Amino acid sequence: MTVAVNPTQTGEPVFYLADEHPHPEGWSTSLGFWIYLMSDCLIFAILFATFGVLGGNYAAGPAPKDLFDLNLVAVNTSMLLLSSITYGFAMLTMQQNKIAQTQVWLAITGLFGAAFIGIELTEFAHMIHEGATPQRSAFLSAFFTLVGTHGLHVSCGLIWLVTLMVQVWKFGLIEANRRRLMCLSMFWHFLDVVWIGVFTFVYLLGVLR
Amino acid sequence: MSPDLLKLIFGRLGFESLPLHEPIVVGTFVAVALGGAVLLGGLTYFRLWGYLWREWFTTVDHKRIGIMYMILGIVMLLRGFADALMMRGQQMLAFGGSEGYLNAHHYDQVFTAHGVIMIFFVAMPLVTGLMNYVVPLQIGARDVSFPFLNNFSFWMTVGGAVLVMASLFIGEFARTGWLAYPPLSNIGYSPDVGVDYYIWALQVAGVGTTLSGINLICTIVKLRCPGMTMMKMPVFTWTSLCTNVLIVASFPVLTVVLALLSLDRYVGTNFFTNDFGGSPMMYVNLIWIWGHPEVYILVLPAFGIFSEVTSTFSGKRLFGYTSMVYATVVITILSYLVWLHHFFTMGSGASVNSFFGITTMIISIPTGAKMFNWLFTMYRGRIRYELPMMWTIAFMLTFVIGGMTGVLLAVPPADFVLHNSLFLIAHFHNVIIGGVVFGAFAGINYWFPKAFGFKLDPFWGKMSFWFWVTGFYLAFMPLYVLGLMGVTRRLRVFDDPSLQIWFVIAAIGAVFVFIGILSMLMQFAVSFLKREQLKDVTGDPWDARTLEWATSSPPPDYNFAFTPVVHDNDAWWDMKRRGYQRPLTGFRPIHMPSSTGTGIILAGLATAMGFGLIWYIWWLAALSFIAMLAVGIGHTFNYHRDFDIPAEDVIRTEDARTKLLAGAK
Repeated sequence: MTVAVNPTQTGEPVFYLADEHPHPEGWSTSLGFWIYLMSDCLIFAILFATFGVLGGNYAAGPAPKDLFDLNLVAVNTSMLLLSSITYGFAMLTMQQNKIAQTQVWLAITGLFGAAFIGIELTEFAHMIHEGATPQRSAFLSAFFTLVGTHGLHVSCGLIWLVTLMVQVWKFGLIEANRRRLMCLSMFWHFLDVVWIGVFTFVYLLGVLR
Repeated sequence: MSPDLLKLIFGRLGFESLPLHEPIVVGTFVAVALGGAVLLGGLTYFRLWGYLWREWFTTVDHKRIGIMYMILGIVMLLRGFADALMMRGQQMLAFGGSEGYLNAHHYDQVFTAHGVIMIFFVAMPLVTGLMNYVVPLQIGARDVSFPFLNNFSFWMTVGGAVLVMASLFIGEFARTGWLAYPPLSNIGYSPDVGVDYYIWALQVAGVGTTLSGINLICTIVKLRCPGMTMMKMPVFTWTSLCTNVLIVASFPVLTVVLALLSLDRYVGTNFFTNDFGGSPMMYVNLIWIWGHPEVYILVLPAFGIFSEVTSTFSGKRLFGYTSMVYATVVITILSYLVWLHHFFTMGSGASVNSFFGITTMIISIPTGAKMFNWLFTMYRGRIRYELPMMWTIAFMLTFVIGGMTGVLLAVPPADFVLHNSLFLIAHFHNVIIGGVVFGAFAGINYWFPKAFGFKLDPFWGKMSFWFWVTGFYLAFMPLYVLGLMGVTRRLRVFDDPSLQIWFVIAAIGAVFVFIGILSMLMQFAVSFLKREQLKDVTGDPWDARTLEWATSSPPPDYNFAFTPVVHDNDAWWDMKRRGYQRPLTGFRPIHMPSSTGTGIILAGLATAMGFGLIWYIWWLAALSFIAMLAVGIGHTFNYHRDFDIPAEDVIRTEDARTKLLAGAK
């Protein structure tokens, strides 16, 4: 907001706005959401640090080499990365005000997200079946918690996505819904970035370890 | 009913969970129940429920939420202080073979509850309440950035407090000390509900704190009135900004570390266990990465209050505004680089300890700069020794002592001797009472007339002041002595009779503080009765300098009929000096957020979920969680969250003020 506060123009100092306009709706939302994301990022940072410290403590149990199937993780990673691209398409169509196409892209994003969660749960089930439970060693506690927290975030994102699709369907691409889609977009891409970290530090470096 | 069914319904909650065998707790319960019944009966009799619900519980007005935070803080102060009195009594009596009057099981809960309550449910609400009330007014805003979130944050804090209070009568509280270090806090050594109460109380309240941190950062960054550049913000707003940055950057760490502890306790993971590769010291590191910034979260707003008070009551512009801002920012950053000084004795080696010892000592430089700024502000000022200024002077004397003992503890070799001794206890009470509590009291006495339209009674205020200050010194100077003699913290009984006299003096000090607290309650009551005599209609009873004093006391719902335009750090002082005329015409409708009950409902459900998780009542936890999701999502379907205050209402309010002001002259 630019307001002339320079008193020299009229000679009299201006101490209040006689003609003011309220801040537009959602004036602080994107900043607020960014700050929230950074606080969430800190949660992941601590989980990464915990994994960094405890990740080598196998307690004579299985190590990453015995557990991780990099092919499966590669498929899983591509699910999430593709979902980010399709979310990007959803945002592009939203800019063009194409409701139907936006909804389709959101739905595809949701399917990729659900596939990611499904594969992750399969992986977890497989590991637990082999006796590599979260209780087995500090490494596994840290692994399940870090990866599980990410999965939990994606699941929350899915619930949010469905909610927003209902809201877009009911109320259209109104200003408030565009803002919400933008927030979810930031959230979704943020989870993608976190996953890159998980993929690199937990899986790839884990297998090298 | 079969035991299995009972277990399904009530989890591990049963009649034996009620502490009927503890006469002190039963007595407290009877008193609380009677008091509560009288209060609830009174509210019902005078038909106040509707009023409270509409005007207070569901409000999104930052001023009312601020006041509710203050009430929460003061109520919890009574509980936390009762714990303090009990500890002082126990330690005074338990000599020469005496066991005192508290058994170990009860005593350990008392010192844990004291620490948890005083930090999370007294200091935090008082500080947050003042920030909530004052910051939007100081920056010329109408409310915070996210008013609904503000209401929700408050009720989450209340939810945490409710869980802590519930632990007194249903089950027990943690017996681990206020940071619940594992392995003691792990399921093997603390199988009861105490640590679970601790975890869920802090998790529920922590969500509120984090969200209110985000909210206030956005408010300060996005809602400042025109002309108020960052370097024209009042110092209290600056310190609030830094505090909220610290909150957002540290509370997530607490959330994670408590979540990991819960996983250890509920699922059986091995983060902080002694076997299967777990590391208890990991917990200690993580919790202090939150814990050290936390003390600056508390004290920075207090520094801001002292800055406002000093310049107002010295009648001078604050000395060294720029250096004050930079000192605050430097403290904010450095507060992340010192956490390890809480456990030099962990054995990280000389290099690590030296690093953290040096950073700790460096932090005293910006703090010292602030102290000199206040002194130079007073220098050649026309100082008025009103209550806020008295608390400020007491702070300056007391905090310097606490600061110096802190620098002493920052020296690792000295810390090896003093670690976990009563010297440490004396040190942090010296800075938290001398800094945060005195700051909160200065703030309460300073801003009370703004919030209620009348000043606080000076006689009872001075009584409170002198009893608090002398009581503080009597209570904590002996602890320095005891600490130097090697007495460690959290002890319940003593052998050496020569120590007893110091504990007796400390107990007398605690009684003095108690009289100080009673005097403060008396001060509120007397001021309310004498509100006509103490009335202030000008809105500016202290001849103050910042924007909050430009509007009426109490401020209207919309704070300012017209958004102010600022030209100077001391905006209101500048307006007064340059002949500002209050606008009398041209009022327009004002856009404001509407009240909502969603915040209190969500927080209530979160509290119920916490209770279910504490007692293993899984159906309750699951049901509350699903209900929270449903209510939260339902809330997002409400797109009409604002309304306009009609111009006629604004005109009526402003005309009433014009009449009052004319009457005052």
